[in-house]
Amino acid sequence: MTEPIAQTEPRPAAAKRFLHLGAMQRLLAFGALIVLFVGFSLASPNFLQFDNVVGILLATTVNGVLALGVTFVIITGGIDLSVGTVMTLSAVTTAVFITNWHLPVLLGIMAGLVTGALSGMVNGTLIAKLKIPPFIATLGMLNVARGLALVFSGLRPIYFNDTPVFNQVAMGSLLGSIVPGFEVPNLVLVLFGAAVLASLALSKTVFGRYTFALGSNEEATRLSGVDVDAWKIGVYAVTGLFAGLAGVLIGARLNSAQPSLGLGYELEAIAAAVIGGTSLSGGEGTILGTVIGAFIISTLTNGLRILSVPQEWQTVVTGAIVILAVYLDIIRRRRQS
Amino acid sequence: MNKNKLSVALSLLAAVALVCAPAARAAEPYIPVISKGFQHQFWQAVKMGSEKAAKDYKVKINFEGPENESQVDKQIEMLQAELAKKPAAICFAALDSKAAIPLLQKAHAAKIPVVGFDSGVDSDIPVATAATDNIAAAGAAADHMAKLIGGSGEVAAVVHDQTSRTGIDRRDGFLKRMKEKHPNVKVVDVQYGGGDQLKSTDLAKAIIQAHPNLKGIFGANEGSIIGVLNAVKELHKEGKIVVIGYDAGKQQKDAVRSGVEAGAVSQDPVGIGYKCVEAAAKAIKGEKVPKNIDTGFKWYDKTNVDSPEMKPLLYD
Repeated sequence: MTEPIAQTEPRPAAAKRFLHLGAMQRLLAFGALIVLFVGFSLASPNFLQFDNVVGILLATTVNGVLALGVTFVIITGGIDLSVGTVMTLSAVTTAVFITNWHLPVLLGIMAGLVTGALSGMVNGTLIAKLKIPPFIATLGMLNVARGLALVFSGLRPIYFNDTPVFNQVAMGSLLGSIVPGFEVPNLVLVLFGAAVLASLALSKTVFGRYTFALGSNEEATRLSGVDVDAWKIGVYAVTGLFAGLAGVLIGARLNSAQPSLGLGYELEAIAAAVIGGTSLSGGEGTILGTVIGAFIISTLTNGLRILSVPQEWQTVVTGAIVILAVYLDIIRRRRQS
Repeated sequence: MNKNKLSVALSLLAAVALVCAPAARAAEPYIPVISKGFQHQFWQAVKMGSEKAAKDYKVKINFEGPENESQVDKQIEMLQAELAKKPAAICFAALDSKAAIPLLQKAHAAKIPVVGFDSGVDSDIPVATAATDNIAAAGAAADHMAKLIGGSGEVAAVVHDQTSRTGIDRRDGFLKRMKEKHPNVKVVDVQYGGGDQLKSTDLAKAIIQAHPNLKGIFGANEGSIIGVLNAVKELHKEGKIVVIGYDAGKQQKDAVRSGVEAGAVSQDPVGIGYKCVEAAAKAIKGEKVPKNIDTGFKWYDKTNVDSPEMKPLLYD
């Protein structure tokens, strides 16, 4: 049982270098975020405005929450391509509960979260029990969830017009009522709250330790008597749960469940995790890194838009940054070994 | 056991295939209607129109389309599969006006009349095309925008994409009209949100931040305009920025009613669906049909959004 953990914490000397190098990418990512902020602020007087920074925070929430979830499976050495459309399916479920069935808002939110977690559990079961590679299993789920979202919604957006409280609570500002003028929407608080929970789960619990153990050496973990399959299903369920939360958030912000959204969101979430230093080969990653990664993407997108850079070039720049981040990861691994 | 399962599965498949092949034995002429999508409310309205025409003209239709408007390849596959069924005619809304030409030539050679809808094909093959003049409609949006902001100032546009025919036509129609007729109005930014409501919201916010003197924003399709409306709402700029949209949808109609959105140009999706199937049905019988069927557009605002003449055009 201590064996797999030893995998992530090698001998003292190596550990020191490992920590140093691992922290380096996070530091680098954080530095990049600062550079982006300073650069855009100098380039345009309209960038460093309170409203715009809130805009960046808001633009990070949905992708950020998806990326938090995805971080868990990537650390196990797996992947989840279905988070984007599971998010949509969860949003639709919430809307069906609240708007079509006139059930209480809280119950609708619960339903969205459960939908996400269940989809994740199905993913985990396919992967752990049926031994379907994660890429294929979750690719299948991507389509299943997308299709179900269309079926449940009846091919049309569902609005939360009868329950304005849903949107009001999400877009209202608890902070603003405490500190006048500091109007940061509650959605942003949800992102930070979710990040704190994810970080605690990953660093302080048995669940977190096994997540790393699965990614470092699954066979050794199994041999030390851990029920690998059960924990794996659990990890995918957690990823699904975050996708469900993202679904509730996007529904609240758009005041509607849009059944045709979601494609491509998974790649942006994976990009955020990778930019933040989560290794696609598993065994390594932090929540703080992922949050920074998500902020880099949204800051970049926002800043380039403020500067009116043509859209096609915005896409090129974001793509190049992901490649750069993965390359840094590879360099780091090479030096480690 | 395994063999049994296999044979059960195979016979199920065969049963499904039989059910799915109504074309082969239907007495009514079969016309596949290949649209650009099916999920958006706009396409559902087109579908409604085509089904109505199918009933009126006693033809059998099959309405289908790819999942989003960038899947040119999927749409070509659909066209190919439908051609193989030897239909009486084909209604086709090309995602890429050039990519489909080889298949359309095949249809032409097999004497299957082709009717274009929603946007044209760069070819003489279609016997008719039922479409909105998007350039003219976006031009009308520009005229209203110029008038509402008092003839001068900065405006911006959020467009769904920069490669599709409708995206290009609406953007260019808007820009061209501003340049020609309203030289004091400056279009300071055009951005593309893929018709994705969330992305369009974030980019519309960035546009408003980048241009503090912005007087108006034009959203070129339903997803784009919903993004613009969210942005205006989140930044508390209701009434300070003139918002002009395109098409309909419940959210947009509500915004027009409440005055947050000044108005929008609407196409006639039901009419597009109806007229293309009608033209196809007539072409089968050898009747003459006009080459270009302009399905028109209308401006709507607070004053006429609920009027009887607008109602059939504005889907929910």
